[in-house]
Amino acid sequence: MSDATPFPAPAAPEISAAERDELRRHGILLTSLEELYNWGRSNSVWPLQFGLACCAIEMIAASMARFDIARFGSEVFRPSPRQADLLIVSGTVTKKMAPQVVRLWNQMPEPKYCIAMGACAISGGPFKQGYNVLKGIDRFIPVDVYIPGCPPRPEALLHGLMQLQEQIRAQKISGPEAPRHLRPEASGEFPVPEFGGSDLVPPRNPAVWQPPTIVRTE
Amino acid sequence: METPEQIRERILARFPGAEVNVVTNPGPAAQHSLLLGAAHAVAIAVFLRDDPVLRLDTCSNVTGVDWLDREIVETVRKPLPTEPGSDPAAPARILEEKIKRLVPGHLEVVYHLYSVALKQGPVILRLRTFDRGANVTLPSLTPVWRACEFQEREVFDLYGVKFTGHPDLRRILMWDEFQHHPMRKDYVEPDDYEWEPTPHDAVLDKARRHYPATPAAPQEGAAP
Repeated sequence: MSDATPFPAPAAPEISAAERDELRRHGILLTSLEELYNWGRSNSVWPLQFGLACCAIEMIAASMARFDIARFGSEVFRPSPRQADLLIVSGTVTKKMAPQVVRLWNQMPEPKYCIAMGACAISGGPFKQGYNVLKGIDRFIPVDVYIPGCPPRPEALLHGLMQLQEQIRAQKISGPEAPRHLRPEASGEFPVPEFGGSDLVPPRNPAVWQPPTIVRTE
Repeated sequence: METPEQIRERILARFPGAEVNVVTNPGPAAQHSLLLGAAHAVAIAVFLRDDPVLRLDTCSNVTGVDWLDREIVETVRKPLPTEPGSDPAAPARILEEKIKRLVPGHLEVVYHLYSVALKQGPVILRLRTFDRGANVTLPSLTPVWRACEFQEREVFDLYGVKFTGHPDLRRILMWDEFQHHPMRKDYVEPDDYEWEPTPHDAVLDKARRHYPATPAAPQEGAAP
């Protein structure tokens, strides 16, 4: 155990989920600090109260009684990025709005997660060939879960949230595979693009996103 | 509701020197419009708003149109002089000459006016700039109809028409540092291409430029 890790805990034993269930059956609820830590965090993911377009309407519907996001511990939509764990980019990110979204992301404290909700937030969607819409928020901030749809149903958002919970539960609390917020050298701040004469400057953050290399055969 | 021709007659009776033309719409909508000269546009707009028969108190829509420079080819036929010693009964020789003429383009702003008080409309006004380059100034109708304010800002943003008399002429959709007018037909968007599953037309051309083709792998069983 090195001193760099903030949690002086032994690494979780390599036991399978079936073995864990077997231990629970014998009255042992928690087998590692990692499990306790991830269990607590994954069941209280507080989203930022922030919407961009029609996907935000579905997000609001997911938080209402019919779909009830409170079942997953995410009903506490925080009005301030300082109190939020999850940025749901719900809708079209125009190039004029993109610096503000990155700024909100930078203002969120670690550990923080990002869900790109809907076709526009993933790739620009129907506006991909246009001049004023960002072709995916993953050009500037790291995205943990992508939810396709135009807009996705509230069930899809809940499914994306469950996927995020799975990811959080699988995180290590020490070692080189630890998430960003447990590695002191990794920064949670990302450069905010500037407004240029014809596009954002830079148009993408190369540390976060690279255009795919395509081999085209005629 | 008066026809555009009747409105034009009354405008000309009120403003004798004004430049007013009726632009007919040959489509099934048949929404004919009035093309106003820039010099009298604000005075005519006040007249249309306050006239007791029309009372066009609402401007519901302002939009822009970009007309590019057009090249017109005209064919001119000239008879050639008959050469001496030729057969006088032969048909006269005619030289056809093609002359190319450049019609300069312009920007156009279209206003749709309604009367809420008299439940009638629309009356459509058009204003044209002199060209698409340096002379793109038009009088603003925001002092007449306050509803024009944001829409004239949008026309300024996307087409580059400069409205004189507008209280707050700034870009409204694009950021202030943006230098182009995206709805103009000769606008070229930033060259930022990403993979498309089924590129076609202009997108296919972009894909060819961004991802050069590699020779296809030899097919199984293909003839050498």
